[in-house]
Amino acid sequence: MSLQSKAAPVRFESVTKMFGKDVVAVDNINLHVEAGKLVTLLGPSGCGKTTTLRMIAGLEMATSGKITIGDRDVTKLPATDRDVSMVFQSYALFPHMSVLENVMYGLTFSGFAKDEARSRALDGLELVGLKGFDGRLPSELSGGQQQRVAVARALVLEPQVLLFDEPLSNLDAKLRRQVREDIRAIQQDLGLTVVYVTHDQEEALAVSDEIVVMRNAAIAQIGTPRQLYDAPNDRFVADFIGEANLLACQIISVEGDMATIEIEGYRHTLSSRDMPQGPATVAIRPSRLVIGAEQGIAATVAKATYVGVRMEYTLTGAFGQVFAVHDDVDAPLEPGAEIRMGFAEKGPVLLPE
Amino acid sequence: MTDDTTKTTHPVLIFWVIAGWVGFCLLPWYMVDGGLWSFEWLLDGYPFDEDYAPAAFLIGQGEKLWLAPLLIALLLPLSVLRRAKSDPLYARILILSGALGFGWLIAQGFSIGIRGYNFDWLESVFGELGDRQFGMGYGAMICASSFLFLLTQGVAARGAINGDVFVVSAIGGVITIVTAFVFFPIAKMLFAAFVTEDGAYSIAVFFSKFFDDRLWGLGCFWGARCGAAWNSLFLAILVGFITTALGLCFALVVTRSGFRYKRALRALTVLPIITPPFVIGLALILLFGLSGSVTQFFAELFGTQPTRWLYGMPGVLIAQTLAFTPIAFLVLIGVVEGVSPSMEEAAQTLRANRWQTFKTVSLPLMRPGLANAFLLGFIESMADFGNPLVLGGNFDVLSTEIFFAIVGAQYDQGRAAVLAMVLLFFTLSAFYAQRAWLGKKSYTTVTGKGDAGVHPLMPTGLSIPVLTVALGWAVFTIVVYAMIVYGSVVELWGVNNSLTFKHYVTAFSVRFEAEGIRWTGAAWDSFWTTITIAAIAAPLTAAVGLVTAYLLTRQSFAGKDAFEFGTMLSFAIPGTVIGVSYILAFNVPPIEITGTGVILVVSFIFRNMPVGVRAGIASMSQLDRSLDESSLTLGANSWQTFRRIILPLLRPAILAALVYSFVRAMTAISAVIFLVSAEYDMATSYIIGRVENNDYGLAIAYSTTLIFVMLSVVALMQLIVGRTKIGRRMTQSRTNV
Repeated sequence: MSLQSKAAPVRFESVTKMFGKDVVAVDNINLHVEAGKLVTLLGPSGCGKTTTLRMIAGLEMATSGKITIGDRDVTKLPATDRDVSMVFQSYALFPHMSVLENVMYGLTFSGFAKDEARSRALDGLELVGLKGFDGRLPSELSGGQQQRVAVARALVLEPQVLLFDEPLSNLDAKLRRQVREDIRAIQQDLGLTVVYVTHDQEEALAVSDEIVVMRNAAIAQIGTPRQLYDAPNDRFVADFIGEANLLACQIISVEGDMATIEIEGYRHTLSSRDMPQGPATVAIRPSRLVIGAEQGIAATVAKATYVGVRMEYTLTGAFGQVFAVHDDVDAPLEPGAEIRMGFAEKGPVLLPE
Repeated sequence: MTDDTTKTTHPVLIFWVIAGWVGFCLLPWYMVDGGLWSFEWLLDGYPFDEDYAPAAFLIGQGEKLWLAPLLIALLLPLSVLRRAKSDPLYARILILSGALGFGWLIAQGFSIGIRGYNFDWLESVFGELGDRQFGMGYGAMICASSFLFLLTQGVAARGAINGDVFVVSAIGGVITIVTAFVFFPIAKMLFAAFVTEDGAYSIAVFFSKFFDDRLWGLGCFWGARCGAAWNSLFLAILVGFITTALGLCFALVVTRSGFRYKRALRALTVLPIITPPFVIGLALILLFGLSGSVTQFFAELFGTQPTRWLYGMPGVLIAQTLAFTPIAFLVLIGVVEGVSPSMEEAAQTLRANRWQTFKTVSLPLMRPGLANAFLLGFIESMADFGNPLVLGGNFDVLSTEIFFAIVGAQYDQGRAAVLAMVLLFFTLSAFYAQRAWLGKKSYTTVTGKGDAGVHPLMPTGLSIPVLTVALGWAVFTIVVYAMIVYGSVVELWGVNNSLTFKHYVTAFSVRFEAEGIRWTGAAWDSFWTTITIAAIAAPLTAAVGLVTAYLLTRQSFAGKDAFEFGTMLSFAIPGTVIGVSYILAFNVPPIEITGTGVILVVSFIFRNMPVGVRAGIASMSQLDRSLDESSLTLGANSWQTFRRIILPLLRPAILAALVYSFVRAMTAISAVIFLVSAEYDMATSYIIGRVENNDYGLAIAYSTTLIFVMLSVVALMQLIVGRTKIGRRMTQSRTNV
């Protein structure tokens, strides 16, 4: 494959973006995206993730702060002059041009001779598995194929940074997994720097080297998928990345970096994360709740739902309400059953208040 | 990827620098006799003759020395050709030279005219000039453009609009031409209202003309005549209401009834586009005039004396209602269809019956459309010139009064200006009132997502009267149009009713001779002029309209609201006002184009520009913004994006704008009547001339021919646009966000 990578790092230094006088879309964020990494911006709608992406593209200009790509300051540079390309949510394929013309479009502005542009475009199409589709119009392709044309069109420019704006949201559920894996494979093969926006936490966990969780125009936490899932910084991140049950507890003793907590007499030992004795919150994933443990908290099955691969339970008790899953589908619990609920060895994590 | 901030060749800059030098050194600086299309000057003493010489030769011969400072502005940019764009000196020098050149060009143009200095204080400071200059020609125009675009490149280099040269230049260009051809003439006209007979300025003159009894008199309440202002206002409000009501009836029949011949009703919308407005007046005379068929029929039936009731308010009202109802229909049909069916379906599921749904949901959602239709009817009626001229009798309205003030024996520019100001005040107030009223609420119901569902039918109690009114009016319209065709082949209406092609022969005869075809008919001259002028104006109108629409929908810049208001303003300026202000502004240097074809082309461009802008905005908002953005991120600049993405996708809209401005230019009369000259007569003003001489046969035959010519143009466009859509699958391939 003739495609090369000129992957470069992206750096945000105290970047703020205001719309009008009083709408703060992005509030003083610092961010470093390493070259050759896939970084996801994740957050609920309106958190500023798309604005952040568009500032990298040069489609929005930062109100203050500094943005660099590689070692070049691009803060004031318009999109045309940045070495960045973007795959849009709507794909934005030009409907009046054939697939090949679409993919060649950017190359003709990059100073390539026509033959060279053509062969690079064909290479790009082959890379995304669309060999032989070059003469079609975008309207003659399926949604998934259009998506891949959009990726090819961005890839062939060998940009320093490749941007994806919710690229999978217009695809059906089955295709999403496939395209997601393709994008990740191409990114790793070519060593591209990719910034990827999504509001789907599962998608983010699956493709990313690093995830940036955003909330209210600011960054809530940055980390690898594993770090975010296993050690969320706060309630927001814990709840947003995968589901988490948040339970009030008492830290009764701290030894070294381990703490012992107690809920209704049930004790559990876990990493203290530098928290002192006293009331605290523990976050625990649905799959890390042990149903029918010998020791545990008293709970009642309020709802039981069969979803094929597992059972989903809603449990109530003095602690409130939790959501749990259990792999045993052959002997499900009935609603009303009284059980004891324990915590798995690994998984529960203390959250700062 | 090329690095734009450090490269040191600037093709666009080099182009405009060269253009500036060519304009200064090679092309005749002043307007040459015979208009822009005459090239006699090349053989007639160029480049040394004073009338044809380029600026450089004039200065070289020691004449017109006040042009010399422009050389500084032309030399300055040469020093930055090899500098980087990010160099602050680059921006500073370009801004300096552009502003200096453009400013000086304008200052000297206004200061020195045909009789030397234009202002007394200049003469008292510098003494008698002893020289003079005429209107700007090729050289001056190109130099001015060059300075303008040097200035915009300088501004862009300083970082305005992200340093985008194309967008800054487009904004600068549009502002300049709108200022020159809309604001400048209007301002000039306003000043004319204060000028006394000996050329001094005086408020008293204005007040004496303004408070004239012929303008504001209320005599009609006790049997005398009312002032033209009240007449116009009353007529326009009436026409606005009636056309809106009738238009709504038609729109409801077409979208919300089981009526079988809806398509035929839709065809009515084409009529106002292809009909010169006063043609309706002519047809009414054939029906209801003193010797009209209906009048004669009833006179015989009841043995009464035929009356002249048609001439005056009733006739003008009927004619304008006939002429402008289809316009209201055109506006309302879009609005009525635009009300989302799911809103109405929701109302029905919430237990509202059909009548309640209509009253509480459908009708309120149509409010902006109704306001728009009223505004259009109001402005069209105010500006209408042909019908009051043909049918007005003693019923004076502003537009005809303006005409007679300028053309008649009184020749009173000041009075024309005052009348035009009153007219402008009325239309602008209506325009402003509509904006203020609509600005408060959002009525958008179309979300862009496909909206399934069907519109419910009208409640029965409503549908019967609505259908009756609509069909009755449609039949009347058809009869009127039939009269036009029939009238064109009658020898002398009401006197000798035998059929003849005499009028067509007089107007359009041709003779085949050895050296080719000779166009011997009386109408050919004006016919070809009209076609030529309309064909030149159409592409320019479409271009200005689309660029403006692009700036309004796709770019954001400081002062955008004012920019939008300015470009849409000429929509609220009646043609008669444009006509008067153009002759006042453009019969003296620096822009001296009265009596040429250029002034007609220019007036069409700015009369029809709002139509092009609206069409452009409508179709550009259909294109998803991500198309432009992806083109930008792929390395195309904004000009390349405009040319390669937006223009190709707008092809049907461009074609429609072209045809529409072409046809509008052929049917226009209100501004044209002031601007035609013996050499450049237009079809409509020629026809009005025939009507004034009571030569109805020829006038109607000519009108019929125009209607059929334009009908075929519109039909051809429908055919081509239809094909384009199928060929490129436009509708399906739009992105579905």
